[in-house]
Amino acid sequence: MPGASGSQRSVLARMSRHVRKHILGALGLGVTLCMVLVALLAPLLAPYDPYDQDVAKRFQPPIWHSEGNTDHVLGTDHVGRDLLSRLVYGARISLSVGVFAVSIAATIGIVLGLLAGYYMGKTDALISYLIDMMMSFPYVLLAMALVATLGASFRNVFIVLGLTSWPLYARVIRTEVLRIKEMDYIQSAKAVGMNDIRILLLEVIPNLFNSIIVICTVQTAAMIISESFLSFLGLGVQPPIPSWGGMLSEGRTYMLEMGWLAALPGMAIFLTAMGINLLGDGLRDFFDPFKRKQG
Amino acid sequence: MRNYIVRKIFISILIVAGVVTGTFLLLYLSSDPVATLLPPEATARDIEKFRSEMGFNDPLFVQLGRFMVQVARLDFGQSYINKQPVTRLILERLPASVQLTACAFLFSLCLSIPLGILSAIRRFSWVDNTATFLALVGQAMPIYWLGIMLIILFGVKLFWLPISGRGGLQHLILPSITLGTALAPIVMRMTRSAMSDVLNQDYIRTARACGLSNIRIYFKHAVKNAILPVIAVIFFQIGSLLSGAVVTETVFAWPGLGRLAATAILAGDYPLVRALVILFTVFVVAANLMGDILIARLDPRIRIK
Amino acid sequence: MQIKETSGKFCGEALLFDEKPLLSVSDLTTCFYTDAGIAKAVDRVNFTVNPGDTLGIVGESGCGKSVTALTIMRLIPEPPGKVRSGKIVFSGRDLLQLSEKEMRRIRGKQISMIFQDPMTSLNPVFQIGKQISEVIRLHQGLSRKESLHHAVALLQKVGIPSPERRVFEYPHQLSGGMRQRAMIALAISCHPKVMIADEPTTALDVTIQAQILNVIQDLKTTIGTSILLITHDLGVIAETARTVIVMYAGKIMEYAPVEDLFERPRHPYTIGLMQSVPSLEQETERLPVIPGLVPSLLEIPAGCAFSNRCDHVTRQCVNQEPPLFDITPKIRCRCWRYQ
Repeated sequence: MPGASGSQRSVLARMSRHVRKHILGALGLGVTLCMVLVALLAPLLAPYDPYDQDVAKRFQPPIWHSEGNTDHVLGTDHVGRDLLSRLVYGARISLSVGVFAVSIAATIGIVLGLLAGYYMGKTDALISYLIDMMMSFPYVLLAMALVATLGASFRNVFIVLGLTSWPLYARVIRTEVLRIKEMDYIQSAKAVGMNDIRILLLEVIPNLFNSIIVICTVQTAAMIISESFLSFLGLGVQPPIPSWGGMLSEGRTYMLEMGWLAALPGMAIFLTAMGINLLGDGLRDFFDPFKRKQG
Repeated sequence: MRNYIVRKIFISILIVAGVVTGTFLLLYLSSDPVATLLPPEATARDIEKFRSEMGFNDPLFVQLGRFMVQVARLDFGQSYINKQPVTRLILERLPASVQLTACAFLFSLCLSIPLGILSAIRRFSWVDNTATFLALVGQAMPIYWLGIMLIILFGVKLFWLPISGRGGLQHLILPSITLGTALAPIVMRMTRSAMSDVLNQDYIRTARACGLSNIRIYFKHAVKNAILPVIAVIFFQIGSLLSGAVVTETVFAWPGLGRLAATAILAGDYPLVRALVILFTVFVVAANLMGDILIARLDPRIRIK
Repeated sequence: MQIKETSGKFCGEALLFDEKPLLSVSDLTTCFYTDAGIAKAVDRVNFTVNPGDTLGIVGESGCGKSVTALTIMRLIPEPPGKVRSGKIVFSGRDLLQLSEKEMRRIRGKQISMIFQDPMTSLNPVFQIGKQISEVIRLHQGLSRKESLHHAVALLQKVGIPSPERRVFEYPHQLSGGMRQRAMIALAISCHPKVMIADEPTTALDVTIQAQILNVIQDLKTTIGTSILLITHDLGVIAETARTVIVMYAGKIMEYAPVEDLFERPRHPYTIGLMQSVPSLEQETERLPVIPGLVPSLLEIPAGCAFSNRCDHVTRQCVNQEPPLFDITPKIRCRCWRYQ
């Protein structure tokens, strides 16, 4: 064949590229929206009260099991509570912790990152030192220790998660600001005599939106997973409040015979995190003009 | 390059100092060790006496200074719960953690780097699609759930592998795979991305124009460039690997430092917690430093100014 | 027949067509298949490179000159690119029919190429001596020591001072001009018959440009390499080329020896190009500009590709694409005015 030099891209490869570029992000968006809707509409979707115990009906397997029935589509737990309802309400806990923790971390991180990147000098040295120091702590241990000290509750969990994860935001924002600062339109704004606050507000921050959206999205998934781990250890939301991590922890005791008690909550966490991650990746590709041209 | 390294070492020392201080302050402000140490019947006078004897009434700076000296001498005091020297407890559990972490590290690198390279060379092929899919799944999966699922699958349903504790080689398999999942997806995606970027560079085109074979181009010219950001990511992800170790050891009842830390925190054993946090952090700082130095040595643009 | 050149340009017309051409490109068409459509980057291009010749290809960005060069080297990535037709005859073989393995034996050894930006075109993590000796070892089977020796000699030949020291340096340690010299050394390391230079001076300072052009010129005398020089800069063409091709929208518009091209440009596009170059002698208030825009390669108009911008356009130009007319045996022009 004349001119053959590289590999011929097969139809399958072209299709994969299309799917990965365009469809995965949309899929992520769909899954995430689903989860958000589930969390918001929990009272409407849950067939039972998640706190209702009925010991007579404990350990009913989910519907795909031979002994399952349509009464409890996903089965019941060790005290007879309907798993589906608990999962649906658990979505509220997980998603709200994710959102609140990210809000706290983003606020602190973005402000500090902005200051460090824009003003440099001593401000930057101090903030960078703080960032490096906090990022050296093993994240899980720090979160655990703080929650253990403050007492485990819904509010403490997202506060602690927020306070321990801000350095990542600060670092990313700082790098972005450093990059933007060198751009010509900033130099010209300065040459025209704009004062710093105006430059920050009008020129710098709008360019940060892309990075902010991407990192907040990805971190939400991370927060959800972290919260579930804390609950798993008993340091998160306390029972009987339904939380996916707590359900996993309870299910672990019975995992030898009743595997679904552990599998289903974990699946919920996994699907949510996957959806959010896909959405985040899709957003990142969407915002990055270079990647859009590449394959 | 030497200035660069000296500067990094200096900053690392400062960070460690900050961490030690921070850890001390955190636990100083939050705990009252006296309540845990003394029996419940102690009277107010006993408590007061105990306080001044142990130095808990001294000013903050004095206590901090004392602590720093102790840390320097690797004396972390006694565990509240076991009444054993903390240092000994740590040293007992250290080998188990090292073994698990090293295995997981090796496993994840051996898997992710070759996959990343192949994925970049043949983008959107089935290798790439599979590897990227696995990476996405791995990143979204909570490690402890993975551990539990693996236990259910391999330990319970199929009686292939033991499900907890440390023992022979077969005990290492499931925990290593689980912990490896904390590192492998990120390394694989980074390798793919770095390799892709490199393959688009002009110097690869020059190498082709000189008639070099594909193998030589990919594995000599390209990899040597792509490996630099990959090394960076590996070293800087050590922190999350350690976090993952805490999770994994808990799920698999692995007798290592992670599990020790989890139980210590839940039990309120502050000297132990303090020591472990400092140890973990120092390790992370050391790993970051090593990463910086390694890159400075490998990248001629930094090595030779 | 051996031709020994002494210096400078060779004026004898007769000799140009006496030798067998080294490289003969006929009817070459390269397309790119993009999401937006099919772009014909190179459209039925014909030319030859004779021994001792310096063929210049000139045209603005996007006219297809670089794609032509990459097609000769078979470095066009197959998706999205594809060579639709044509033959490239070199040493009696059609390069387009060779297997990749056979083509690799030609690249770097018999035909080599240097690129525009020497900073990004050299591998930053390898010493330049290593990069050169690797190619020598590959194509000529010499030992590591011998090939390093050769590398030093090559660096000397291209005018790099203290070559025995420089050979151990990395690209970032060299200045722009020296890097380009190193690239040239890399390209001539195996004494190729043809060297393609794609915008070799565009990324360099003007003063360095002249030096690099001299180095390239000398290759003809010292090693006997023929040059295919690609540039958008008419000044470089005037200085270095012997025969010139003017390309526009993937097609050859004019093909002439350099003196004829500059003394009496035929094609309206060539005339427009010459006019837009400011001259120190003229007093001009405004630079003349060719009105209109280059047509997108995705939608090349029927008829002459230049018709939408030409001063002398006729109805025939708009409806029918002119073929390449032979005005003299050596001057060809793709314009209805020279029918």
